[in-house]
Amino acid sequence: MDTNPYFEMFIEESKEHLQACNEHLLELEKNPENIAIVNEVFRSAHTLKGMSATMGYEDIANLTHKMENILDEIRNGRLHVTVELLDVVFIAVDQLEEMVMDIASGGKGNLDVTDTVQKLHKIETGEEIPVAATTVESTVESNISQENWLSYDDYEMTVIEQSVEQDFSTYEISVKLREDCLLKAARVYMVFELLEKMGDVIKSSPSVEKLEGEDFDEIFYVALVTNEPSEDVQKKLMKVSEVTEVLVNSVTLEQHKKRNNIEGAKVEETPFSEKTEVIEGSQEVVAVKTTEKSPTSKSNQVQSSKTIRVNIERLDVLMNLFEELVIDRGRLQSISEELHNSELDETVERMSRITGDLQNIILNMRMVPVETVFNRFPKMVRQLARDLNKKINLEVIGAETELDRTVIDEIGDPLVHLIRNSLDHGVESPEIRLAKGKPEEGTVVLRAYHSGNHVFIEIEDDGAGINREKVLKKAIAKGIISNEVAQTLSDKQVAELILSSGFSTADVISDVSGRGVGLDVVKTTIESLGGFIDISSTEGKGSLFSIQLPLTLSIISVMLVELGEEIYAIPLSSIIETAIIRSSDILNAHNQKVIDFRGKVVPLVFLENVFDVPRESTDDEFHSVVLVRKGDKMAGLVVDSFIGQQEIVLKSLGAYLSSVFAISGATILGNGKVALIVDCNALIS
Amino acid sequence: MTEAVDYKNLKVVVFQLADKEYVIPVSQVQGIEKLIYITRVPKTPDFVKGVINLRGVVTPIIDLKNRFGLGESSLGESTRIIIITLDDMNVGVIVDSANDVLDIPLDAIEPQPEVVGGMESDFIAGVAKIDSRLLILLNLNLVLNPIKSGV
Repeated sequence: MDTNPYFEMFIEESKEHLQACNEHLLELEKNPENIAIVNEVFRSAHTLKGMSATMGYEDIANLTHKMENILDEIRNGRLHVTVELLDVVFIAVDQLEEMVMDIASGGKGNLDVTDTVQKLHKIETGEEIPVAATTVESTVESNISQENWLSYDDYEMTVIEQSVEQDFSTYEISVKLREDCLLKAARVYMVFELLEKMGDVIKSSPSVEKLEGEDFDEIFYVALVTNEPSEDVQKKLMKVSEVTEVLVNSVTLEQHKKRNNIEGAKVEETPFSEKTEVIEGSQEVVAVKTTEKSPTSKSNQVQSSKTIRVNIERLDVLMNLFEELVIDRGRLQSISEELHNSELDETVERMSRITGDLQNIILNMRMVPVETVFNRFPKMVRQLARDLNKKINLEVIGAETELDRTVIDEIGDPLVHLIRNSLDHGVESPEIRLAKGKPEEGTVVLRAYHSGNHVFIEIEDDGAGINREKVLKKAIAKGIISNEVAQTLSDKQVAELILSSGFSTADVISDVSGRGVGLDVVKTTIESLGGFIDISSTEGKGSLFSIQLPLTLSIISVMLVELGEEIYAIPLSSIIETAIIRSSDILNAHNQKVIDFRGKVVPLVFLENVFDVPRESTDDEFHSVVLVRKGDKMAGLVVDSFIGQQEIVLKSLGAYLSSVFAISGATILGNGKVALIVDCNALIS
Repeated sequence: MTEAVDYKNLKVVVFQLADKEYVIPVSQVQGIEKLIYITRVPKTPDFVKGVINLRGVVTPIIDLKNRFGLGESSLGESTRIIIITLDDMNVGVIVDSANDVLDIPLDAIEPQPEVVGGMESDFIAGVAKIDSRLLILLNLNLVLNPIKSGV
């Protein structure tokens, strides 16, 4: 079978299901008694098993199968959720992720999972539950076929009652589709069409919306009121292709009442035993099984909005085309200004407004919620907290905040570093916390929100905060600052020292953090994204790391400057201010021209020399200078004149010119010409 | 566009450079543009003329004459930019004129004579003699080897 068309679908869906497993498992850890959550995990695992088996990835299928068994045991109350059990399940999910990633990158998805499978098996057949091993298989099966047994509300009961009076019969029908069925919704539709020809469908489980959304495994249940014999119903339904099994049970009011009684009684005596009984007066065998169905199970199901997947390249093409339009719009505007034709003016104005709206929509399409980055943190924090023997509660706020795809791709690693840092160096061990009169469990808050044209991501902990003396001592010892400077620094400046390279204050170097390379990498990455990082900390109370990021990397604000006949763009994010200086203000220091700018000696960079601008040199008395910074260092870029500030679309120079000195990219100006973007970081040594 | 697969002929674009005629397979040509404003990119080799805005895509432009060590192109009315696509990379080359599309029989293509000499001979994949014209087939992979500067 040619599975290629489904390959991407498989990868994407597997990732989603694994993520769902992770999230639900974490939830389960908090509410170990909530069977509804187990059901959710079970569903994801089951779907994953089906998909991977269809695609021929045996290892994934095997591992998910074992996982499923465990989950089933939990669901049936034979196993209790313990931290040890969850650890093993988490390992299993990790390995599944690894395999899926391997497949995604072109591998075979093979991984030695025997160890985990064994661990799972041990849990499954653990001593406390010696009976489990032999009955597992049969339980799984009967569970699948029985878990969604229909129940009726008063209205539906009345319908059934009335139909009985009119000599109609009511059937409960379970329809099983092939595991690899790809168009489940279509099959469901065909089944429903057949059913509606025969009678009335009064109930289905899962609900019709879910069935249409393919939000079920391979079995669904319907209640049908009809006057056709059950054999005919079954035969007709079996004719729908990809339907593998159809069970038709007739329902009478007596049975239903009886069933309710049985259920009630059973829950009391032993909620986990299963029982098959023949109900008199009907030919069909009805297998009755009580399944504890939590009332919360429905509210737990995530409402999914309707989306389609679009390759990001297509969006880029759309963006390019749109920019063309913007450039032509600019031309049209200038033409209409010259012609003074009111109809033309009106049309052009209307077009400008529409293109403005269009620009917003196109930019928004590239936005992704930070959730895609945040959702891997709860598991990471759980693991780290266990490794560090700390109790930590991670609160995630504002995960729906949206950022440009390009920023999202870059922000993951810096956040991992910061969270690790907060867990390792910030939050104290439970004993110390209790001694200090704090709650035993530390809290780390991960917060994201929009403000103006920026997105802020904050990591706040209620830990020890930054110890001024300790940091200063370390910084002096490491030669980052001198003794004299140390005394003059404000608390904030001290806090920022921990972002310098070669700095590490943990007394014990741990695996988690403390190699002293993490935080300065964080700072560099964030600055390369055009963002800033800010630390505020109160000793004993905790620290707050605040990251400010631009909304998008594809559109940035720049200052356009002129050099001879050429126009260059300098990103606003690196500009501190602009100034006009006299030639006489320029000083010479070690063959380097410098100026005294607000008491600071700033080296000058003559851009016309750096870029070999072709023209006759002029000796102006005044020079326009753009002051730019890279971290703590500053430089003054000397240009001919300032043109103004503008929002531009960032473009690459193409693969042929992959790295040009001091040029980070290009953009297209309103007149259709290309302007180059200056890479200030390269100009400041 | 449906193109009949032709195993015997190679469809090529013919262009003029100095007094010689060169050819590039049509499959590698994305389009032929008239000369538009070229933005100079500093700190790049002389033969890199700069970048242009090709329908919203910033595209690098090289001067083929300069690349072959034949001096600067003089830009005029007939000057054209041939946009070449090579491994997802778009590059424009400046030529004196582009005037023809031809089918050359594959068996008419011969390896280059050894006496050609000069820098351009490094970039020649073969020559074809059609009637009285001598057409030089270029090896684009070598001509458009990506450059890195200022590192």
